[in-house]
Amino acid sequence: MINSLLWLIPLLPLLGFVINGLGRNTFSKNLIGFIGSGVILASFALSVALFFELGASTQKQFIIDLFDWISVGNLHIPLSFLYDPLSSIMLLIITGVGFLIHIYSVGYMNDDAGFGKFFSYLNLFIFFMLILVLGSNYIVMFIGWEGVGLCSYLLIGFWYTNSNYASAAKKAFVMNRIGDLGFLLGVFLIFITFGSVEFSKVFPLAAGMMPGTATITFITLLLFIGACGKSAQLPLFTWLPDAMAGPTPVSALIHAATMVTAGIYMIARSSILFDLAPTTQDVIAIIGTATALIAAIIALTQTDIKKVLAYSTVSQLGYMFLGLGVGAYTGSFFHVLTHAFFKALLFLGAGSVIHAMHHEQDMRHMGGLRSKLKITFATMMIGTIAIAGLPPFSGFFSKDEILAHAYQHNKVLWAIGLFTAFLTAFYMFRMMYLTFFGKYRGTHHAESHIHESPKTMTFPLIVLAVLAAIGGVINIPHVFGGNEWLAHWLSGAGIAQHELGLDHTTEFALMGVSVLAALGATLYAYTKYVKNAHIPIADESKRSLFAKISYNKFYLDEIYDAIIRKPLDAFSTFFYRIIDKKLIDGLVNGLGFTASEGSKGLRLLQSGNVGFYIFMMVFGVVALLLYTYLSIA
Amino acid sequence: MELLLLIFLPLAGAVITSLLNGGAAKISALGFALLSLCVSIFLLSKFTPNANMQFVVNYPWIQQLGISFHVGIDGISMITVILTNVLIPLIILSTFNREYKNENAFYALILFMQCGLLLVFTALDGFLFYIGWEAALIPIYFICAMWGGKDRIKVNMKFFVYTIAGSLFMLLGIIYLYLQNPAHNFDINAFYSLSLDSDQQGWIFWAFFIAFAIKMPIFPFHTWQPDTYTEAPAPGTMLLSGIMLKMGIYGVIRWLLPVVPQGVQDWAHLAIILSVIGIVYASIIAFTQKDAKRLVAYSSIAHVGLIAAGIFASYNLGNLGQQGMQGVMVQMLSHGINVVGLFFVLDIISSRLKTNKIEELGGLAKVAPHLAITFLIIVLGTVALPGTNGFIGEFLLLFSVYNYNAWLGAIAGFTIIFGAVYMFRMYQKVMLGTTNDLTITFTDIKGTEKIVLYTICVLIVAMGVYPKPILHLSEASVQQLLEQVNQKLTGLN
Repeated sequence: MINSLLWLIPLLPLLGFVINGLGRNTFSKNLIGFIGSGVILASFALSVALFFELGASTQKQFIIDLFDWISVGNLHIPLSFLYDPLSSIMLLIITGVGFLIHIYSVGYMNDDAGFGKFFSYLNLFIFFMLILVLGSNYIVMFIGWEGVGLCSYLLIGFWYTNSNYASAAKKAFVMNRIGDLGFLLGVFLIFITFGSVEFSKVFPLAAGMMPGTATITFITLLLFIGACGKSAQLPLFTWLPDAMAGPTPVSALIHAATMVTAGIYMIARSSILFDLAPTTQDVIAIIGTATALIAAIIALTQTDIKKVLAYSTVSQLGYMFLGLGVGAYTGSFFHVLTHAFFKALLFLGAGSVIHAMHHEQDMRHMGGLRSKLKITFATMMIGTIAIAGLPPFSGFFSKDEILAHAYQHNKVLWAIGLFTAFLTAFYMFRMMYLTFFGKYRGTHHAESHIHESPKTMTFPLIVLAVLAAIGGVINIPHVFGGNEWLAHWLSGAGIAQHELGLDHTTEFALMGVSVLAALGATLYAYTKYVKNAHIPIADESKRSLFAKISYNKFYLDEIYDAIIRKPLDAFSTFFYRIIDKKLIDGLVNGLGFTASEGSKGLRLLQSGNVGFYIFMMVFGVVALLLYTYLSIA
Repeated sequence: MELLLLIFLPLAGAVITSLLNGGAAKISALGFALLSLCVSIFLLSKFTPNANMQFVVNYPWIQQLGISFHVGIDGISMITVILTNVLIPLIILSTFNREYKNENAFYALILFMQCGLLLVFTALDGFLFYIGWEAALIPIYFICAMWGGKDRIKVNMKFFVYTIAGSLFMLLGIIYLYLQNPAHNFDINAFYSLSLDSDQQGWIFWAFFIAFAIKMPIFPFHTWQPDTYTEAPAPGTMLLSGIMLKMGIYGVIRWLLPVVPQGVQDWAHLAIILSVIGIVYASIIAFTQKDAKRLVAYSSIAHVGLIAAGIFASYNLGNLGQQGMQGVMVQMLSHGINVVGLFFVLDIISSRLKTNKIEELGGLAKVAPHLAITFLIIVLGTVALPGTNGFIGEFLLLFSVYNYNAWLGAIAGFTIIFGAVYMFRMYQKVMLGTTNDLTITFTDIKGTEKIVLYTICVLIVAMGVYPKPILHLSEASVQQLLEQVNQKLTGLN
């Protein structure tokens, strides 16, 4: 069944894109919603069926060749898919969470004039994301990689008449492209080194290489640059918070649950290469930790509910990279999975709040919504507990697996990770308290309209809340008597596994510390925002230095503007005005002038009339032809 | 004989069209262009994709001087012939909603130029090649001079003198080769088998290279290009950028590499560096251009720079050079299609709103959703998104430059980032945001405009998803060319 049906999983969303794209102005909203969600549901059903078949099968890797895409000389790039334990889980996340978000969008986008366009874009995104995770080589992966970037561009700029939104879309695309250049150069080097870009050829060859080889270090560093762009790591993360300009379901699906985890997927997929490059791993661990910390600091003072979640996403992605850097590939992937549940949930919950508040996103104007939005509140609370890393919800297990590996690897990284976990719990509960507790602070008019969202929106919240709560069961560590199912499952995909060398006492102690930190943060947030009813100050009031840096995002946008964009624009003007117009063109004109001055003897012919020159040329050709004709005659 | 039909059908069309008036001239021109397209499809169906010259015609023409009417088509020529004959009908169709004075002359010149272009792409005799080279220039000169913008006289003078100067160098080179040839003829195979020492090869290289470098253009021989593209009437710009600049690329491949491989070897490094500088330099200039047409003109310099770099990076690698050279083949087609699409979109805008100034536009997507989609697809092709035609060529070209030198490959790779910057900046400022008093009056594409843009979009996606037939077409010829160059180089050393 895998061999015969796998191709349908990406094809169905593509069909949805085409059908809804063509019928976007003629179909009814119900029909568009039905087609758009239906194709994803069908893909999900297929993904589930194939998942069980893979589980039952002894063969763990299936390669399905579709056709020869680019074939030149010794370079052969087939359009082919790889179905293995790793991609099977990605398919479940993408189509499963994707389906829920499609359902949610039926309610959320109901009043939008671009309803049909929205669903066709969303389907196109799912298609490219599936290509990304199914590609059996780096180039097919790159099709998906850039394709999701395109969809991200289209959906961030969905309300394109707002030029800030359009700029945010462009920024996302360009910053992703910086990473993409790294990715592409890495792939070139892979081909030169291994003579192929197929995973099934590259990894076995790499496995025989010595660790620390310069080539492998270069390859992995270049691939990591690609991951930095797509997965929003330092120094390329600033596009992700701006991407919140897109409709909230987009933030949930693309900018939290799926696309931004593509970098982690790619590195986990290439774990054999990265395991051979300790230098790269150190770089990844440091960048990941720094990103996690900086984004968490920024999130502390944000007042826009979606911005808090955006920085939290950047921070959590940083965690995942920390995990990759210390060799916890399974742990990072585990966190991808649980994060997909709780972050999608939190974004959709925020969307439900925004929907109820008539597009108000500033938490300073919210408050006390607990009683009016019961389902939204309850589900978001579950998501918050999960992300804060409190047991027994899913985030606890995945985060602690990463932190335990970090501890084993380097105590400083662990300490920063732990501190970040403390900050995470604080700003997440701050968000919850400001939104749902205390007194309502918005306008009177808006208050009367506040209502719980329709069922199409609350249903996905409830399902995701269940998953966020229990999602941890798939990889319960041995220390709790679990069997680490996910680790076993992924070992079938050739993902490098590193046993945690800590004794159970240390493991328990580490968990205890992080749970205490999270609880402490929760309590602190409660005291500050509920008991003392503190409300973040208005934009124009004075802030302390620390608050200023945090609130203004470390001035990164301003810095990039000053050191990259402005100089490039200045170069542009300089090249155009001075080098091109004055210097090069001046030389050319000078040459022409000298030539015409120097040929005074031929002045009679040099009439300057180009028409005359051409006449002479045509005359010459005609004369030649006549000459031929006469000589034949 | 089929090949004679292919070359001279447009000439016959030019004569007939020049005798007609107004609308009839339009229809006649389109008819002949479509007929030519049919002939090339017919040739394509009879073409076997091996390395042989096919449909060869070889008549003695001026026997005393050893000049023959010798033409033929191999895979490399086939790509450029298809490019020409697909684009000419699209370009003619793109003028259907416009009014040009003296239509009969206008359309006759386009067909006349087509004949010259086809001659260039099929000629196997040095003299004939030169005739075609100039025959393609004359009509485009008149098109630009008579139907261009207000600065057209000055700008055209420069364009004309610059390119003529280049081609005179080439003529000298051809005559020199002729004199060295013991058989005293202009036959390409005789040129290929000449044994010249490396000094001679160096001189010949520069004589040809300057002509080709001006035509493409390669930095720093490019300063005629932005002005000419901006001032020329839209169909003229499309002819220049879509097809005519490929004469330079084709010239390098057919008349430079195999004739003076040693000369190329000695100077390739400089040529690559100039090309790579051109990529970065022109891209950066494109960032701040205020006129959309000029922006696209500079972007074209960047894209052509990559093609040129790919040629010089891979000519001497034998079989390993295939990626670069095949990349050149695909990218010639892709660039032609995409740049014609871009210039047509800008023509649609300026014909309705009388401006191509980026700052005066904005919000067009709201009033013209069909234009927004097609324009976006063309932009995506231009920035080489995987799944579009631009990616296939750019990927292969960048890979070949990277193979030549990793650092140069990385610098050339900046086109991926910079291309996105200037293209999306232009798209945003023109299409997105809110409408203003001017752009609110804009009407969406219709009729022939839709046909042209939809055709271009279909080609962009089809070539990107399934490039195999195109790669297959030129594969054998490219392989043979590379082997030929390699043999000559190893024979020399």
